Amino acid sequence: MRRTWILLLSAIVLAAGPALARDTVVIYTALEPEQITDYMKAVRRSLPNLDVKMLRLSTGDISARFMAEKDNMQADLIWGVGATNMLVFKNAGLLEPYAPKGFERVQPLFRDAANPPAWVGIDIYMSAFCFNTEVAKRKNLPRPTSWADLTKPVYKNEVVMPNPNSSGTGYLSVASILQRMKEPEGWAYLDALDKNMAEYTKSGSKPCKDAAAGERAIGVSFEYVAMKMKKDGAPLEMIMPAEGSGYEMEANGLTRKGKDSAAAKQFLDWAISDEAMALYAKYFAAVSVPGFPVPEGLPKDVSKVVYPNDFDWSARNRERILAEWQKRYQK
Amino acid sequence: MADPRPPAVALEGIAKKFGPVVALRDVSLTVAEGEFACFLGPSGCGKTTLLRIVAGLERQNAGVVRLAGRDVSRLPPGERSYGIVFQSYALFPNLTVARNVAYGLEARRAARARVAARVDELLDLVHLRAHRDRYPAQLSGGEQQRVALARALAPSPTLLLLDEPLSARDARVRVALRHEIKTLQRRLGLTTIMVTHDQEEALTMADRIVVMHDGAVEQIGTPQEIYDAPSSLFVARFVGHMNFLPATSLGPGESRVADLRLRHRPVAPDAGGAVTLAIRPEDVVLGPAAREAANRGPARVAALQFLGGYTRVTLELAGVPGRPIDCDVAAGALPEAGVKEGGEVVAALPPDRLRAYPGAPPAR
Amino acid sequence: MSRRGRSGASAAIPDAVVGLRTDAEQWLRWALLALYAGFLYAFVLAPMVQVAWRSLLDGEGGFVALANYLRYFRTPAIAASITNSLVVSSAAMVVTVVLAFVYAYALTRVRLPGRGAFRLLAMLPIFAPSLVQGIAFVYVFGNNGVFTRLTGVNIGVYGAKGIVMAEVFYCFPHAMLILVAALSAADARLYDAAATLGASRLRTFRTVTLPSVRYGVMSACFVVFTLVITDFGIPKVIGGKYSVMATEIYNQVIGQQNFTMGATVSVVLLVPALLAFLVDRLVQRRQYALVTSAARPLVPGGGGAARWALLVYCTAVAAAVVGIYAVIVTSSLVARWPYDFSPTLRHYTFDTIGGYTPLLNSVEVAALTAVAGTLITFGGAYLVERCRSPFNGALYMLSILPVSIPGMVLGLAYIFTFNAPDSPLNRLYGTLAILVVSNVVHYFTVPFLTATTALKQMDPEFESVGASMGVRFYRTVWRVTVPIALPAIVGIGMYFFLNAMVTLSAVVFLVAPGTELAAVAVLLLDDAGETAQATAMSVLIILIGLGVRTAHAVALRGVTRRTQAWRTGPSGPPARG
Repeated sequence: MRRTWILLLSAIVLAAGPALARDTVVIYTALEPEQITDYMKAVRRSLPNLDVKMLRLSTGDISARFMAEKDNMQADLIWGVGATNMLVFKNAGLLEPYAPKGFERVQPLFRDAANPPAWVGIDIYMSAFCFNTEVAKRKNLPRPTSWADLTKPVYKNEVVMPNPNSSGTGYLSVASILQRMKEPEGWAYLDALDKNMAEYTKSGSKPCKDAAAGERAIGVSFEYVAMKMKKDGAPLEMIMPAEGSGYEMEANGLTRKGKDSAAAKQFLDWAISDEAMALYAKYFAAVSVPGFPVPEGLPKDVSKVVYPNDFDWSARNRERILAEWQKRYQK
Repeated sequence: MADPRPPAVALEGIAKKFGPVVALRDVSLTVAEGEFACFLGPSGCGKTTLLRIVAGLERQNAGVVRLAGRDVSRLPPGERSYGIVFQSYALFPNLTVARNVAYGLEARRAARARVAARVDELLDLVHLRAHRDRYPAQLSGGEQQRVALARALAPSPTLLLLDEPLSARDARVRVALRHEIKTLQRRLGLTTIMVTHDQEEALTMADRIVVMHDGAVEQIGTPQEIYDAPSSLFVARFVGHMNFLPATSLGPGESRVADLRLRHRPVAPDAGGAVTLAIRPEDVVLGPAAREAANRGPARVAALQFLGGYTRVTLELAGVPGRPIDCDVAAGALPEAGVKEGGEVVAALPPDRLRAYPGAPPAR
Repeated sequence: MSRRGRSGASAAIPDAVVGLRTDAEQWLRWALLALYAGFLYAFVLAPMVQVAWRSLLDGEGGFVALANYLRYFRTPAIAASITNSLVVSSAAMVVTVVLAFVYAYALTRVRLPGRGAFRLLAMLPIFAPSLVQGIAFVYVFGNNGVFTRLTGVNIGVYGAKGIVMAEVFYCFPHAMLILVAALSAADARLYDAAATLGASRLRTFRTVTLPSVRYGVMSACFVVFTLVITDFGIPKVIGGKYSVMATEIYNQVIGQQNFTMGATVSVVLLVPALLAFLVDRLVQRRQYALVTSAARPLVPGGGGAARWALLVYCTAVAAAVVGIYAVIVTSSLVARWPYDFSPTLRHYTFDTIGGYTPLLNSVEVAALTAVAGTLITFGGAYLVERCRSPFNGALYMLSILPVSIPGMVLGLAYIFTFNAPDSPLNRLYGTLAILVVSNVVHYFTVPFLTATTALKQMDPEFESVGASMGVRFYRTVWRVTVPIALPAIVGIGMYFFLNAMVTLSAVVFLVAPGTELAAVAVLLLDDAGETAQATAMSVLIILIGLGVRTAHAVALRGVTRRTQAWRTGPSGPPARG
C-alpha cells in the first residue's frame, strides 16, 4: 500500500512539472471552435516559432476562469472575448496596456480609448431574432420585424432571450434597449417584453438553438448562431430588428502576466493583421479594420443596422441594471 | 500456589473505561500453567473486555498483564504468544481450511514444507484432514470451530484464549464441542482462558472459574467451591439453581423467616437487619429424615415436576406465602418421603447447607 | 452490598490507556492515517474554508463580515431560489426513491427474467453527461418534442416539473444501486418466521422488509436530495423561469464573475445538504449489523401476479431509459433533429475541437481517477473503520462531506486554493493530476460509504486474528480484506470511471490547454450550437462506458471464479445453519 502511495505521489509530481518552452504562449479565448480551427492553420504558418497553448470556453466560463486566477495568472493574452468582459478585466487591473502593431488601422470605436489601449476589438456580432418559420406556420404567428413587435400578445410564451445575469449576450440586449429608449421607458418596454417571455436562458446562444429546434418560435440571440443554425438546415429566418440591433464586440488584450512576453505580443500583433482580419471577415458581420467583405446573408453595412453601443456606460451601470432586472423579472 | 514458576497469566489491578463507562475496575487474578480458567458472568460484566486486554486487542487504562512472568502490558498482540478463537470464529471465508490454519505460520516465513506438515498435524488433531481444501462456508458449525481452534494452535502458542466459542450453537453440538475442547486442552496441557456466560459450561469445563459482575471479580474458585460456597448473593443466584428466602437477622448464625427461627452458616450482620437465606434444592431434606432435623417446619407440596433421575418438589413453607422453594428428591427416595401434590410434609433446611447473605433477595 | 473495590473506582481510573509499545506497524498505521488526513485537509477542508472565507469578503478582498449574506437574503428573487431548490429536491427525492425502490425490489426479491439486463439498462443514466440527458428530455417532451408531437400533449417540460422529471431520470441509478444493496442483505430467517406466523404478504413487507431496509432508504433519500440540490446542469437546460440555488451560483460566478456572491450562495447551499447529511447520520447510528453471521441469504421467490406486475413495471422503466437513449443516439446520426432526418455520420468528425484528443484525455483521466479514487476511498475507509485514533470521527465527517459540495463550487475552490502563488501544491494546477484529484473528491462520498459498508459487513475480528498471530495488518488486508471486498472495490472503480467520464461542473474550471476533456467538449459544442456533435460525443462517451462496463463484467467473472469461489460452495452443508 505504501508503495502505491509513493507511485501515486510521484506520478502527480511528474505530471505537474512540464518544462516551459521559450516561445510558449497561453491564450484564453471564447471564439467559436470552428473558427479557431481555421485561424490556427494560419497562425502555425505565420508564427512558426510559437507554441500556442489555448483554452477555449464560453465567454462566461473563460471570464470566470480568468478572474478567479487573477492572483496567479495563467493566460498571457486574451483573444476574442466580449468587450463588456474586457472592460471588467480592465477595471480590475488585470490587463496590461499594449498597442499591437498596426492598431491605428482599427476604427476608434473598436478599441479602448486609452493609448496604449488595454483592449483592441477584432469583430462585432449583433443581436438578432431567430424566427422559426415552421412553428410560426403551425401556430399562425406573424413574422416580427422589430423589438416593438415582440411585445404583441400574439407572441405570449413564444419568445426567449438570454438572462443578462448569466449571459453577456443577454446583457448586451438589455443594455442596448436601455441606451436606446432611455431608462424609465426602456424598463417599461422590458416589462411588456417580460409578459411574452417564455424563459430567460442561461446562455446567449440557447434562445436561437431553442428556436432552431422548434421549441420556441422566437429566440433573441445573435446573428452568428442564427446563420449557423440556418446553414445546418433549421427552418429559421434571421431578423434584424428595425430599431437597430444591439451589438457586442470581441476583443484582444495582453494580461498582466504576459507583460514581458515577446511571444504574446507577437501573437497580438498577428491577431489584428490583415491576414487575421481577412479570416475573421469570413464569419462576422463586421471586423474592426475597415475594407473587408461581409459574409453571405449578413447586412452589407453594419452601421445601418446597429444602434451604437456605449461600452463604458454598459460596464459602469452593469451592477445596477442587473440588480434592477433581477428585482423585476426573476421569480 | 507454592509453585516457584510464575503463573502463566497474572493480571494486576486491571481497569478499563470506554469513555465515561467503566468496564473493569481493579481486576487482579492469576491463572496457573496448564490450567483451564473460565471468565463467567452475564453479558456486560466485562469478561470479554478482560480477555481482549490479555490478548492486547484492547488496551487497559490501568494495570499490568503478565504472561509467564513477563510484563506484556505494552506489547502488541503478535508478541504475546497466544492463540485465540473468537465467538464468530472469524475464519477467513476466502481461504481454504488449510490456508486458514497456515495463516499464522506463513507470516513467520517458515519453510513451505514445514508449514504443510504442521497444517496436516493440526488438521489431524481436530479430525478435519479430509476437509483441508474446502472453504469455511462448506463446513458445519462444529467443523468451523475446529478449524478456528486449529488455526489458533498452529503457531504453537503458550496460551489459548476462547471467546464464547460455544454460544450460538445448538445444545447437542455444544455438549459435544465442550468435550472436544476440554480433551484437546488436557492432551496439550495448554493454559486456557475461556469466556462464557453459560454457568453450566463453566462448571463442566473449567479448572477454575472467575465469576465476574459489573466489571469486578465476584469470586474465584474451583467449580466445586463456586457451587458449594458462593461468596455473594450474585454468585449464588448466577451459578446453579438456588432457593432464596427473605429473613431478618437475629444474630451471626440465626435468622427468622416468618415464624421460623433458622440457624445457618454464620454471617455477621447487625441483628435485626435484612438477610437472604439461600439453599440448593438438593440440600433440602423432606419426609422422615426431616422429622428430627434442625431448621424444620411444615410445608405444603405445591407442585411436582418429574425430571428423570430426580423429581423437583415445589414447597410452600408454612407462614412464608409467595416464596415457594424447590427441593430435588432422588427418584428412588420419593415414595419414602410420602410426597404428593397438595399434601403436607415436613421440610428441613440443614444449617450447614443454609447460607445467609446480607440484603434482600433478588427479585424473582 | 459489599462488592469489592467498587466504590469510587471510576474516578480513580486514568483517562489515558496504557499505550502499546509503538512498533513499525503502528508507525505505518499512523503514517497512513496522517497521509489520509493530509489528503482530506488539502483537497476537501482547505478549499472549503477558502470558499467560506471568500463569502466574508467584498469584491476587492476587504472583510465585510456577513454583509454578503444579508444582501443575499434581502433579495427576494434570490431568496425564492432557496424555496425552489428545496421543493424540487424533495419532490425528486420522493419520486426517485419510490420508483427505484420498486425496481430494486423486483431485481432482488422476485425471480425476474433478464435481471442482469434490467439492471444494466437502469444504470444507463450515469453513462452520459447530464447536459445531454437534459437535451434529450427536451427532444422528447419539449414543445416540439417527439412525444408532444405524436400525442399532442404538452406536459410543460420547462420549469419545476421538467427539472423533477429529468432529475428523477438522472438520480434513478444512484438510488437503485443503494436500494439493491440494501434489499440484497436480507435475512431469510425473518421471512420464514413471518410466514410461519401466518403474516400476509403485505404485513410481511411492512413489518420485515421495510424496517430492514430503512437505512438503505434513508441513504438513497440523502444521496438523491444532495445530488439534485447541487446539480445545475439540468435546471440550466430545462429550468425555464424556475430559478434554483445551483443556477444562482452559475449566474453569479459565470454570468457576473462575482465570486464573493457565488461563495455566499455556495455556503448557503451547503446548509440543506449538511442537514440532510446529519439526519442521515442520526438514522444510521441507530442501525448496525443488519446481517449477522447467523443470517441466511434470502432466495428470490416466485410470486405469481406480483411478479407479472413487477415485470411490467421494470419493462416500462427500462423502456423509458432506452427511449431517451435512443433519442440521443438518433439525434447524433441525423442531419438536423427534428427537421432533417437524413442519416449522416458527419457529426462524428469533431474537426472543430481537435478530433478525438479530448476523448482520449477523458479516458486517461477517468482511468487514473478510478485507480486513485478506489485506492484512496477504500484505504481511507479501512483506516477510519479499523485503525483507532482520536481523529477518526473528524476524518469520517470530512470523508462524507464532499457529496454536499456542488461541483462548480469545488472547481472554483480549487482555483482559489491551488492557483494561489504561495500554495505548495500550485504545481498541480493546470495538470491532468488536478482533474483526477477533483474527480476523486467530487465523487468521494458514495465510494467511501460503499467501502465502509463492505468493511462493516466483514467480521471485525479478521484483523484481530492476524494481530494475535503477529501477522502485519497490511498482509491481512491484502490476503483477506481486499479479496473479500473485491466486488465492492471493482464496483467503486467503475463508479469513479463512469462519473469521471461525464462530469462537467468541477472540471470546467480546471481544464487547461492540453488537458481538454470529452465532457467539456460536449458543453462547448452545445454552447456553439453544435448540438448534434455534442450528442455524438456523448454517444462515444456512453459507448466507452458500456465497453468498460462489459470488460469489467467479463473480468469480474474471471476474478470471481478465482477469488470468490468461497461465496458459492459447490458441496457441503450450508454455512452456519
